[in-house]
Amino acid sequence: MLTTKDLLGIKELSREEIILILDTAAGFKDVLGRDIKKVPTLRGRTAVNLFFEPSTRTRTSFELAAKRLSTDVINFSVPTSSVVKGESLIDTALTVQALGADLIIIRHSSAGVPHLLSKNLRASIINAGDGTNEHPTQALLDAFTIKEKKGKIEGLTIAIVGDIAHSRVAKSNIYCLTKLGAKVRLIGPPTLIPKEIEAMRVAVFHRMEDGLKGVDVLIMLRIQMERQGKGFFPSIEEYSKNWGITSERLSHARHDVIVMHPGPMNRGIEITSEIADGPHSVILEQVTNGIAVRMAVMYLLAGVKRS
Amino acid sequence: MRILIKNGHVIDPSQGLDAIGDIFIENGKIKEVRVQKTPPHPPLAKGGLRGGDLSKKTGKRGTHPSFRTIDAKGLVVMPGLIDMHVHLREPGFEYKETIKTGTGAAVRGGFTTVCCMPNTYPVHDNASVTEFIIRRAAEEGYCTVLPIGAITKGQKGEELAEMGTMVKEGCIAFSDDGSPVMNSLIMRRALEYSKTFDVPIISHCEDVTLSDNGVVNEGLMSVTLGLKGIPAESEQIMIFRDIALAELTGARLHIAHVSTEGSVQLIRDAKNRGVHVTAETCPHYFSLTEDAVKGYDTNAKVNPPLRTDRDRQAIKEGLRDGTIDVIATDHAPHHTDEKLREFDMAPSGISGLETALGLSLRLVHEGVLTLKELVEKMSLHPARILRIYDKGTLKAGSEAEVVIVDSNRELKVDAGNFFSKGKNTPFHGWILKGMAVTTICKGKLYEQ
Repeated sequence: MLTTKDLLGIKELSREEIILILDTAAGFKDVLGRDIKKVPTLRGRTAVNLFFEPSTRTRTSFELAAKRLSTDVINFSVPTSSVVKGESLIDTALTVQALGADLIIIRHSSAGVPHLLSKNLRASIINAGDGTNEHPTQALLDAFTIKEKKGKIEGLTIAIVGDIAHSRVAKSNIYCLTKLGAKVRLIGPPTLIPKEIEAMRVAVFHRMEDGLKGVDVLIMLRIQMERQGKGFFPSIEEYSKNWGITSERLSHARHDVIVMHPGPMNRGIEITSEIADGPHSVILEQVTNGIAVRMAVMYLLAGVKRS
Repeated sequence: MRILIKNGHVIDPSQGLDAIGDIFIENGKIKEVRVQKTPPHPPLAKGGLRGGDLSKKTGKRGTHPSFRTIDAKGLVVMPGLIDMHVHLREPGFEYKETIKTGTGAAVRGGFTTVCCMPNTYPVHDNASVTEFIIRRAAEEGYCTVLPIGAITKGQKGEELAEMGTMVKEGCIAFSDDGSPVMNSLIMRRALEYSKTFDVPIISHCEDVTLSDNGVVNEGLMSVTLGLKGIPAESEQIMIFRDIALAELTGARLHIAHVSTEGSVQLIRDAKNRGVHVTAETCPHYFSLTEDAVKGYDTNAKVNPPLRTDRDRQAIKEGLRDGTIDVIATDHAPHHTDEKLREFDMAPSGISGLETALGLSLRLVHEGVLTLKELVEKMSLHPARILRIYDKGTLKAGSEAEVVIVDSNRELKVDAGNFFSKGKNTPFHGWILKGMAVTTICKGKLYEQ
């Protein structure tokens, strides 16, 4: 079982806890392959998706994961809530808890919001993305997918490409993959890679051709259109020319490289359709694995005693 | 009212006093100071009245004892502390703090004079607000309040505020604290214009375009927490600019809340060149590092942000070698509800008046400063920078603003017990050695 009632980030997890989650997820993946994709494991419990940022895939994935475990799940979406009436975050969360939520899955644009709720609520908190801090279940499903495809994680060379500075996915992946013994490289323009990040035991590259050499796994990040015109790079076109992945560039990596993307993709910008739909891509399998990993997290948190 | 403070360790750098002695106060003035001699004891009135007690939150005012003798054996007697950087929040934000509660917190912390920043509502950018603050402080204040007016109208950095009129009403300095004057030409004009009235311009040095809404120090900690960082350069670039402008204009520049190693070096160099520049830092910059924000503790969110240990050591060195003249609190009280929220949306600031002396005494216990130097930084230097020569001294004839300090008494910081409305402190639970036990100001005596 996990030692804390919440999943706040990969930073807070030990290597053993990560492995426990991945192993548990493997069991749930079998369930997802059956005709009847549902187990009664968490019947009678209530999960609330408390999303302060727009999301379809992550929210749906959590919703399905909860339903597969027979948990009642409610989506609390911001535009219809009292948040627009000026209610504080804490009051909203306390209200959700009072409605009977055992598990609150939170996404928020401010880093640290899951930690704030963790300190003030009895319910288990799952971080579904907080600002530019972490997105732990994405990293777990990425690790699960890599392990499934490569048989191991330790010793692999894994490159993450794109806007590292604003990416919670990159941060969680760095913590997760380094804890599991992979060699992590970051590739992107210096404006999008904070210089202090090298202290996290990663290697930084600014040119794709240099960073891709000998890579086993390539994780492409979504580039946010709004970074354009803010001085991070001159234009989306120039970004694409320098840091987009193409078949020609991919040839610098190992021949059996797998290509991942947390979605949603900007086809033709950070990734060409040829790669996204090609033999190296495992992008859709990541989506399926996401449900299994989220089931594992909910299951393991439910077993933690609450103080 | 007559008070005799006997056998205390009297420290008054304005007269070069650092010896055991007695202080006699009469009618709110220092009558006589005698050191290392047996003073002629005035006739003792038995059963002197106990003054106002700020340790109980009754809000009761100090009473007028007809005569009191205070045995200060083993205690330090110094001029009342002067905090040249506080936010009293009144008018406009009385839910955070009022002149009454803020000055009560000051007296508890050993301060007898505080200078309040202009970011009130309305902004203190005109003489009617000056008049309001001074009247309110006279009616309700536990200690003296000297207001600092805004440099520009509405703190917008566009047009100069009416400095002359505000000085006439009692303003002692000008600052757009928190909203730095980004336009270098306006800053130049402000410095030039201030020379007419011989008042310092206090600059919150921050290039806000470079800070870009950052909320913590930029570094490994900001990356680790996923919070937007403010680089040290954001402060240093503006310090460099303002020093250059002070040099150009010959005006008096005082740099607020210095927080980085590079800033200390810039000020040191400027002083060596003879520029009219003085500087302050705050207890949190020599007591804490950015580690305090771990776990998204909004009580450690402050602007400028808490920096690295290297910066912290440089601040201490700057205090030790005299580069940093003053310790001020930047007392910034906020309501609990405002701090209990998303880190990047919570307001910046620390409620500092009631922990400043204890934290600063750590520097004395560590050997960074002598007690005399501490008194200089917390009383004499602010008085000199602000040209309030009847304060920061125990000279016969000056206002009786005195604090008696037990430098060895330990106190556990309990935010819930603060007199200030602002319970926002990252020092809750710390055990501090040394505290003000008696504060005398405005003709009254407060004990705890």
